[in-house]
Amino acid sequence: MTFDLILLQAFTGVALGTIFVLVALGLSLIFGLLTIVNFAHSQFFMLGAYVGVVVLAVTGSFWAALVLVPLVVGALGMVCERVLIRPLYGRGIDYPLLLTFGLGLIILELVRIFAGTEGIPFNTPEALTGAVDLGVFFFPKYRLFLIGVTAAILVALWFFLEKTPYGLIIRAGARDPEIVQVLGVDVSRVWLIVFGIGTGLAALAGVLAAPIRGVFPEMGVPVLVEAFVVTVVGGMGSLLGAVIAGLAVGITVSMTSLFYPEMTTLSMFLLMAVVLVFRPRGLFGRAGVLD
Amino acid sequence: MASETSAARGATGSAGGLKGLVALVTRHRVLCALVVLALLPFLTPYEALAVNILIFGLYAMGFNLIFGYAGMLSFGHAALFGLGAYGCGVPIAKFGVPWFLALPMGIAIAGLASVVIGWFAIRSRGIYFAMITLALSQVVYYTTYQWVSLTGGEDGLRGVNVPAIDIFGLHFDMLNPTTKYYVLFVFAAVAIALFSRILNSPFGAVLEALRENEKRAMACGYDIARTRWLAFILSGLFSGFAGALYAIHLSVVPIETLNYFNSAEVLMITLLGGMGTFFGAFIGAYVYIMLQDVVTVVTVHWQLVIGTLFVVLILFFPRGIWGSFLKWVRA
Repeated sequence: MTFDLILLQAFTGVALGTIFVLVALGLSLIFGLLTIVNFAHSQFFMLGAYVGVVVLAVTGSFWAALVLVPLVVGALGMVCERVLIRPLYGRGIDYPLLLTFGLGLIILELVRIFAGTEGIPFNTPEALTGAVDLGVFFFPKYRLFLIGVTAAILVALWFFLEKTPYGLIIRAGARDPEIVQVLGVDVSRVWLIVFGIGTGLAALAGVLAAPIRGVFPEMGVPVLVEAFVVTVVGGMGSLLGAVIAGLAVGITVSMTSLFYPEMTTLSMFLLMAVVLVFRPRGLFGRAGVLD
Repeated sequence: MASETSAARGATGSAGGLKGLVALVTRHRVLCALVVLALLPFLTPYEALAVNILIFGLYAMGFNLIFGYAGMLSFGHAALFGLGAYGCGVPIAKFGVPWFLALPMGIAIAGLASVVIGWFAIRSRGIYFAMITLALSQVVYYTTYQWVSLTGGEDGLRGVNVPAIDIFGLHFDMLNPTTKYYVLFVFAAVAIALFSRILNSPFGAVLEALRENEKRAMACGYDIARTRWLAFILSGLFSGFAGALYAIHLSVVPIETLNYFNSAEVLMITLLGGMGTFFGAFIGAYVYIMLQDVVTVVTVHWQLVIGTLFVVLILFFPRGIWGSFLKWVRA
């Protein structure tokens, strides 16, 4: 086992982790503001890949899909928030969770009805096929692209939340929605937008993952559990936690597949168990968020 | 439960009517449940359906202890039900253990798993609890899936043979569906009586106190973490019991018993019947399984129906059938 191979595997883990980061980020953002766990999140991820297939078929451009998919699915997420989730605010934390679980089943079954149960091939865009020489090893171009896109999204999101007036309102709304409401801001609109951003991020992750994971109706099922593991490890509602835990889970899975392949699927759960023993709220979980 | 008994007390003074009847039924809930369940094979199109209702009713009853009475949403009960089924099925299929000895083994395995899963999960609460129980149940699923030599992996565990036995001079042929139903019914009756006893115990009262006001219960000196853990373990024992009966019923253990969808199904059954009510579990199981039997003949898109049912129940009928009925009677 050479050092190069370990380094390559770590890098692959980071690329794998970017998908975890994007999905968990949306989940955590929605939770941070609306205090609901979106159990349909992984189905928005799957929907993103399917909308990507459609956009790709119509426009022939992967780049158009990257822009359009989050907008379309985000808009759909906003409709769901307004029609289905809004009536449940203030009725306890379990209700939205159960409702979104039902919503997820509906989305999954509708996709099966309209797009079929078979998988749909999704090729890596031509400009991103092949590998690049990184000096120590060759690395697939597409995975490098994943890391770059995710980094760009993280910077944009950070800028939006920390440096713009909208971001200020969102952060204030997460801390104390009542005071923000009293100050004359329509909080329900903030929630609507945040739900749209969260589901849009999931959809973007879906279309980015499509060339690696393939497109099929059940593609979201493991993603939900993965996103939960990442949020539990990182700490619910913490965006920094989602990023660090997402990458950590990616690297853990990737390293385990190198050293002990039989344990690959279980490794992330073991990581979660270890974190839970020492930090029940996760690495960056805020005290009091869940009480 | 507390509201059920208080209603029973309140109604004794007032004149009969529907209110009195409900109070009477509530007071003799074990007897009423057993009478209805004894008649169940006559209320279903075929016996296998009645067995399923009995088993999923028991499963929902155990789930209800943690969800309805303790107020903790577990999304990982499939692991406990499934381990009960495998824990009972593997000794029968692989080691030739007689089924009546394998049954307690299944319960023990599920109990052991709920001790471990519970230990991790009760460190958190609310939605965290749901997420962690789901994640840990996936660990059980993947492990079982990969351990092909013991569990049969994807194909499920085959060869869970349940031969006829003779006890006290009576011959029980478990391949006869009616005999099978009534043998399982006897086991279920013991579990139902035990469950009712637990709810009536001081422990049951503490459990509800915890759900209603955790801080006050803590101030009264109750050990919250231990009460929760114990509730989770008891819930796991009942679920594992239902799972073990399922293995005996089917003669195979499908891997789907461990699937997260199975966790969602028991949640659906509990919601449908009415969470936190004694009869809710069996009413929910009856409606759910009868509906499934009808719908799956017409369409393969059963999950669409279930998803819609989830959304409609949560939005409009969060109390479920029995819960809404109780509210209507008392209003």
